[in-house]
Amino acid sequence: MSPADQLQMQSLERSASFKRSFYRFLLFFILGLFALYYIAPMYVMIVTSLKSMEEIRQGNLMTLPREILFDAWKIAWGGRGYDAGDVFLRPYFWNSMKMVIPAVVVSTFFGALNGYALTKWRFKGDNLVFLLFLFGCFIPYQAILLPMARTLGILGISNSIAGLVLVHSVYGLSFTTLFCRNYYVSISDEIVKAARIDGAGFFKIFFKVLLPISGPILVVTVIWQFTNIWNDFLFGSSFSFGEAAPIQVALNNMVLTSTSVKQYNVDMAAAFIAGFPTLVVYIIAGKYFIRGLTAGSVKG
Amino acid sequence: MFWLQKNLPRIVLAPSFAVLLWFVYGFILWTFYISFTKSKMLPRYEFWGIQQHFRLWDNSRWYTAVENLMIFTVLFLLICLLIGILLSILLDQKIRAEGFLRTIYLYPMALSFIVTGTAWKWILNPTLGIQKLVRDWGFSEFTFDWLVNRDMAIYTIVIAAVWQSSGFVMALFLAGLRSIDDEIIKAAKIDGASLYTIYITIILPMMRPVFMSSIVILLHISIKSYDLVIALTAGGPGTSSDMPAVFMTQMAFHRSEIGLASASAVMMFLTVLAIIVPYLYSELRRQDVTR
Repeated sequence: MSPADQLQMQSLERSASFKRSFYRFLLFFILGLFALYYIAPMYVMIVTSLKSMEEIRQGNLMTLPREILFDAWKIAWGGRGYDAGDVFLRPYFWNSMKMVIPAVVVSTFFGALNGYALTKWRFKGDNLVFLLFLFGCFIPYQAILLPMARTLGILGISNSIAGLVLVHSVYGLSFTTLFCRNYYVSISDEIVKAARIDGAGFFKIFFKVLLPISGPILVVTVIWQFTNIWNDFLFGSSFSFGEAAPIQVALNNMVLTSTSVKQYNVDMAAAFIAGFPTLVVYIIAGKYFIRGLTAGSVKG
Repeated sequence: MFWLQKNLPRIVLAPSFAVLLWFVYGFILWTFYISFTKSKMLPRYEFWGIQQHFRLWDNSRWYTAVENLMIFTVLFLLICLLIGILLSILLDQKIRAEGFLRTIYLYPMALSFIVTGTAWKWILNPTLGIQKLVRDWGFSEFTFDWLVNRDMAIYTIVIAAVWQSSGFVMALFLAGLRSIDDEIIKAAKIDGASLYTIYITIILPMMRPVFMSSIVILLHISIKSYDLVIALTAGGPGTSSDMPAVFMTQMAFHRSEIGLASASAVMMFLTVLAIIVPYLYSELRRQDVTR
């Protein structure tokens, strides 16, 4: 190779590596731009909630607060301290907790049991049963809203937290059964067979053999149910009002019931409070959250 | 005793199954039946033929809702797929901060539609929101009043919905991309194919199942969209950003039109059925083949 050729090679390599680092830069630039796009509303929410109304009117969405005020947070959580028309989130936050916890426990337990019975104790027609459960994941709830309202009325639990627990347990069952069934299908039947030869029965195998290795799927199921039930608005707004309402309904009421002046800072603080529990779950256990999403999508 | 042993799985399943049959399938049948009656505020059980369905399709508000649903669905689907696929491919380029970026792209999915709607309602506020921001940047003539504009309100719902759900498509596609064998890409590179061609001609066609499930899920979200509309525009101004789900609850709980509400619920149910049944069929068959 002549020295001239060598020089040309070098410059080719240099331009190739320049091109590579340019693409790399472009890549990060686009990814960063999208990150800003997703972050921006959260930033706006937090910044707005820390300003006074006066400052909100003077500045714009992005300006940082001159002075950090927690007044809006106090009002959103605990109210202004007068009786009439003062909507604040604290009681509804606990309503939601009282609704979510039993509903998650009940639906997850029965989902696991169903999944186990459907996979480890095959019987005639089990696939059809599973298909009926599976389809339950997809129904638009508008198709069951009216009869459910009447049923709750007949049972005497309309407009109560007990009623919402029932509704969420029932309609969560399809999802929990689906999740657990798909997990147990992937677990070897040999374990169950061995336990049966040792004389263990249906429930003993479930509690002693299967449940101890169900950790991952139970986490996925619990997170899925918690997020969905906490975030529900349709059932909450259809079957409850006033004091028995869950937090999403209360948040919406708070934003809608504008007294004389709209308090955007209070609205934003309230929105953040209503989103906080699911956000924490997502940040702590994001891996399982995503697994639930994708498991819910690649159904069957 | 032996009988009990043998039938225990069925006995254990029975309560759940009974609940499912009653609360899902029974209720759907009830709704179907009510849509064929004259029910107003209370259910009446005398058969009235398909009058309610005629009334439904004579209703201009229902037409607005269906039209909005179509606009929303098309835009929501296309933009979510576009952003989701783009981000998943970019993230697949062995990025150092991948986990961090993924967390950011997906977190809106953890928030409720009411929270999302409340936040975007403020951001899109016609006086103090984006309009003010852009004016402060020096574009003093800039106006952005879609939220209170009859013709544009539906697009604000698209904006907020895309923000919430596009990260989800990214996650689905990223999972799909990860399951593709690296050897295929290497082989294509050796053959001299550019990365762009590899993705367009080889990898994306391999992602057909991911496309399918993404589309089905997005369609499902859009048909059921209710919370976001309520939180963002409440169907307004007027009824200009109504959607079928909003129409249904309005008729059911505020207008005392149970029959009409049921008719609209039946329409929603049939639409979902038309999407889900072929999907589940192909999905289950695919798994039978691979198993």
